[in-house]
Amino acid sequence: MKDLLWLIPLFPLLGAAVNGLVGNRRGWSRRTTSAVALTGSGLALAAALAAIADWAASVGTAAVHVNRVFTWIPAGFGHTTDGLLANLTIDFALRIDALSAVMLFFVTFVGFLIHVYSVGYMHGEGERPYARYFAYLNLFMFAMLTLVLGANLAVMFVGWEGVGLCSYLLIGFFFEKDWCASAGKKAFIVNRIGDFGFLLAIFWTVKVFGTVDFAALQAAIESDPARFAAAATPIALLLFVGAVGKSAQLPLYVWLPDAMAGPTPVSALIHAATMVTAGVYMVARTNFIFRLSPTAMLVVAVVGGLTAVFAATIGLAQNDIKKVLAYSTVSQLGYMFLAAGAGAFSAGMFHVFTHAFFKACLFLGAGSVIHACSGNQDMRTMGGLKKHMPTTYWTFLVATLALAGVPPLAGFFSKDEILAKVFAAGSGDLYGFGTVYLLLWALGLAGAFMTAFYMFRLVHTTFHGEFRGTHEQAHHLHESPKSMTVPLQILAAGSIAAGFLGMGMFGPKLNWFEGLLHPVAAPVEIEGHHVGVGVEWLLIALSVGVALSGIWLATRWYFGPEAFARPQRFAERFPGLVTTVANKYYVDEAYDATVVAGTMKLARGSWEFDARVVDGAVNGARHLTVATSFFSGLFDLNVVDGLVNLVAAAYGWASRGLRRVQWGVAQGYALVMTVGFVLMVAAALWLGR
Amino acid sequence: MGFATNLLNVICYVPLLGALVIVFLLRKEQSAAIKTVATVVAGLDFVLSLPLWFLYDPAGPAFQFSYVHDWIPAVGARYHVGVDGISVLLILLTTLLGFIAVYSSFTAITHRQKEYYVFLLLLQTGMLGVFISLDFILFYLFWEAMLVPMYFLIGIWGGPRKLYAAIKFFLYTLFGSVLMLVGILALYFYNSTGLKAIGLPGLGHAPTFDVTELFKIATQIPPGVQFWVFLAFFVGFAIKVPMFPFHTWLPDAHVEAPTAGSVILAGVLLKMGTYGFIRFSLPLLPDATRKAVPWVVALAIIGIVYGALVAMAQKDMKKLVAYSSVSHLGFVMLGMFALNPQGLTGSVLQMINHGLSTGGLFLLVGIVYERRHTRMIADYGGIAKVMPVYAMMFMVITMASIGLPTLNGFIGEFTILVGVFNRSTTWAVIAATSLVLGAGYMLWLYQRVFFGEITHEENKTLKDVNLREQWTLIPLIALCFWIGIYPKPFFRILEPSIKRVVEVVDPGYLNRPAFELPTAPPAAHTQEH
Repeated sequence: MKDLLWLIPLFPLLGAAVNGLVGNRRGWSRRTTSAVALTGSGLALAAALAAIADWAASVGTAAVHVNRVFTWIPAGFGHTTDGLLANLTIDFALRIDALSAVMLFFVTFVGFLIHVYSVGYMHGEGERPYARYFAYLNLFMFAMLTLVLGANLAVMFVGWEGVGLCSYLLIGFFFEKDWCASAGKKAFIVNRIGDFGFLLAIFWTVKVFGTVDFAALQAAIESDPARFAAAATPIALLLFVGAVGKSAQLPLYVWLPDAMAGPTPVSALIHAATMVTAGVYMVARTNFIFRLSPTAMLVVAVVGGLTAVFAATIGLAQNDIKKVLAYSTVSQLGYMFLAAGAGAFSAGMFHVFTHAFFKACLFLGAGSVIHACSGNQDMRTMGGLKKHMPTTYWTFLVATLALAGVPPLAGFFSKDEILAKVFAAGSGDLYGFGTVYLLLWALGLAGAFMTAFYMFRLVHTTFHGEFRGTHEQAHHLHESPKSMTVPLQILAAGSIAAGFLGMGMFGPKLNWFEGLLHPVAAPVEIEGHHVGVGVEWLLIALSVGVALSGIWLATRWYFGPEAFARPQRFAERFPGLVTTVANKYYVDEAYDATVVAGTMKLARGSWEFDARVVDGAVNGARHLTVATSFFSGLFDLNVVDGLVNLVAAAYGWASRGLRRVQWGVAQGYALVMTVGFVLMVAAALWLGR
Repeated sequence: MGFATNLLNVICYVPLLGALVIVFLLRKEQSAAIKTVATVVAGLDFVLSLPLWFLYDPAGPAFQFSYVHDWIPAVGARYHVGVDGISVLLILLTTLLGFIAVYSSFTAITHRQKEYYVFLLLLQTGMLGVFISLDFILFYLFWEAMLVPMYFLIGIWGGPRKLYAAIKFFLYTLFGSVLMLVGILALYFYNSTGLKAIGLPGLGHAPTFDVTELFKIATQIPPGVQFWVFLAFFVGFAIKVPMFPFHTWLPDAHVEAPTAGSVILAGVLLKMGTYGFIRFSLPLLPDATRKAVPWVVALAIIGIVYGALVAMAQKDMKKLVAYSSVSHLGFVMLGMFALNPQGLTGSVLQMINHGLSTGGLFLLVGIVYERRHTRMIADYGGIAKVMPVYAMMFMVITMASIGLPTLNGFIGEFTILVGVFNRSTTWAVIAATSLVLGAGYMLWLYQRVFFGEITHEENKTLKDVNLREQWTLIPLIALCFWIGIYPKPFFRILEPSIKRVVEVVDPGYLNRPAFELPTAPPAAHTQEH
């Protein structure tokens, strides 16, 4: 099976084709549609598990196994930076190694669960939209798996843009609503800005290395790091631009909160568990380039750290249940980049892995809540849902605790590891940027506090207290069907268990997860520096303490008889601050006023210019020609033809004049003759002097 | 006279023959018969052109399927036709789009059908003639001949401002081609007797208009002569491409032309300009080409960004697509003037890709135009609900147009940009911004036409695409996927022809030592930092 990797993305692709081309047109029964879709994603899961097992058993988890499927782009000859001739041939090749295996596992696993969940969640849709939905969802699986398995930058880019397309289609799934369609478009365009960077990185790689194949690139860099160090910085930074777009980091995060316009399972799968983590995966995948460039590493860490805190602050003040989770996702992605930027690629990937479980669980839980509240997403009109939907509540609570970083749940291990690694980078003065890393660590800690706070604010307002919605809604409250709660339970179990794979090992020893990823994504080691065991315990205590205090504060503010009184008073005391944060610092408005409006203005200006000046010149030439010919015509009529007429007229005048001469009186003739004769003689005499 | 030597003539003149059949054997009331004959002839022509794909041998001589015959010996003009990899692809594109153009017109054209199909078929012969000619006089003849049917297609079956558009199209192109003729004559005289009146020396060869003969003297032409000839050619071809700032005839012609006219115009006619550059300017005038690079590239890049920006401001669908063509053709020119194998290959591929995706877009616009008789974006909205299949097809073509991987546009743009980046980072960076702008205007168009609530009552009863309309689009969509997923055969057929161009225009390019990537197995997995 490890030699048939292409089958893994092919199954969901076929599912998408069948549902999209046949089901969507014929309006198949929902049962048939879901059977096709579940077969597609289920076979992908089975094939992925088989491939992983085969790969681990036959070549070992330390090995890289590549399938060359066919020659894709034989682009031909070009020159490299050193002026040598390189023939660029890009294969459609897939690769399984520890890194892609991890992604492969949770993408197919979580993906399949969300397909199951969607069967229940989307049952209210018409048959055709239902088929369309599952076609898109399957197509997404295809693209994501291509992204994960790609053995070179170009194949990865295929998946990269493919998931972007599916994201666009699914965000805008309810396309009759204009704001959904706009959100989809926004996601695609902002992602394209990132893809622009990714593409340039590919071109730059081609120019320097003459290839885009991961294995060849890694081998080249590792055999001669000094030679490629200069090129590593621009390539890594451009790659990171791509990651910033896809993984919604500052300053390109704005599309992700809007992406919540899509159906909630989509938010869970694409905008929480899988696609948005592709940026982190890409950085880990190309870590051999990033680690050559301290600048790039620092940029990654700083962007990640700032995003982690920035998005968390916005999450504090949102009232839409999905928006809170969306900003939380942006923030958690920031942590993953923070880890990568500190050289702890496997720690970042570990958070990707655990986050997939608890965040998918949270989103699906939110979906279950929204389902029960007849589509309402505003937490202010929820409350007390615990007794109506116990399974949703308990699974949601587990995932919340995991995200908040309460031991021994998954998020605790991964987040704690990130903070520990960033602290180590700071105290070990990694790349000489020790102070920056220490600051980022402090930011990370602050972010952890906020995470715990906003998550428990969410839990308290949604599930505890009394229901604040209308009577009609209250009547309708119900637990979701089995197809929705079973995935929740499985994901909740994952949120508990996943963390143990990376249970901390003190000192230089690697935990299991790190050990697995070590051959392909080893951490950047800080020479001669290890954080002592005592300090590690202290760090753990600190992060647990921070999480607990966040929970405590949220409980004090939003739970019990006094609930909402304190935040009310806080808002009254700092109205400006609260409004600014609740309005997301007006970043969207600022972008609209500058970038969007600027581009539109430029577009309209160019159009005016084109119509008036460029085409004006053409029409001007036309008018000039017409005018010239008009005047030529006048000239022709009056001057050229006029001359002709003038000659004729002259004859007329002359003849009229001359006619007078012949007036018929003989004496007159004689007189003229005599005068003429005299004049002639005089002239002859005068001339002959 | 074997199959191979006559194949090109057959392909070229079958449409002419079909036109004559319609003219002489059918009366204008027999509209069904006229359509049948036109469709069969266009279909047959496509089938006849298929052997080129299979029989053209990339390893063989530069020009294949050649046919030479004396024509006007007094001036050295010969009837010489032949194809290389570049023209093979363009001929296939022409015959395919020619067929689709005929097939898509059945219900769109209701008056003066006889003349309409006659002109379409005549146009086809003219276009094919341009791509097979290897003699300048023959080329010029076809080049001009092609203008006439297009002029009538726009002028008779066009929209409200059809006369303005048709005359603008005709005169603008004619203006350029007259200059081109001057350039051709200069080359002709330089090769033979020279022209004393303007102080042009001559090489004293036998007078000939044969392009393959003139290729041989390319390196001997002094820079001064090359410059003027290049300039003359440039005006002729750049108008046809069209490059900024010679592009304003295009939106008018597209907007006014009937659907099939737009398809042919965008799909094939614009490629005449880019084809002219790669067939004549580059290999005949290598020195002037190299010197012109910064200027041409500047215009190409302006065209890319400017075309995209102007497209964004359009309210008329056809005008939007027309301006997107300006942007896409800028890409073609940019890749070509990177003057390296990657840029040139990408450039030719992108000619094909643009023909497929923009041809497809015009067909799609035509489909709703026929139903609603408006091209204004604001007259639509929400029609994905009533026309789901149409919406899906439009989406695929849109994605092909904005270069989504696994579709054709990506392969072309990617290869072009690899080549361009190779020459200049700055050029590539500026050009690549159009990936974002392109997504912007196309997705915005899509949203305004397909998404949201249906706001116009008339749109609630729109019929989805019928089977015939689907079949005009399915071949295009299939090809978009083919080139996107498995473009290798296209690269293979182009490779030697492109190599020949590179060897003339940048002789040292391929004579460099090969780059070796260090591949020493990585030591232990511990890091060196």
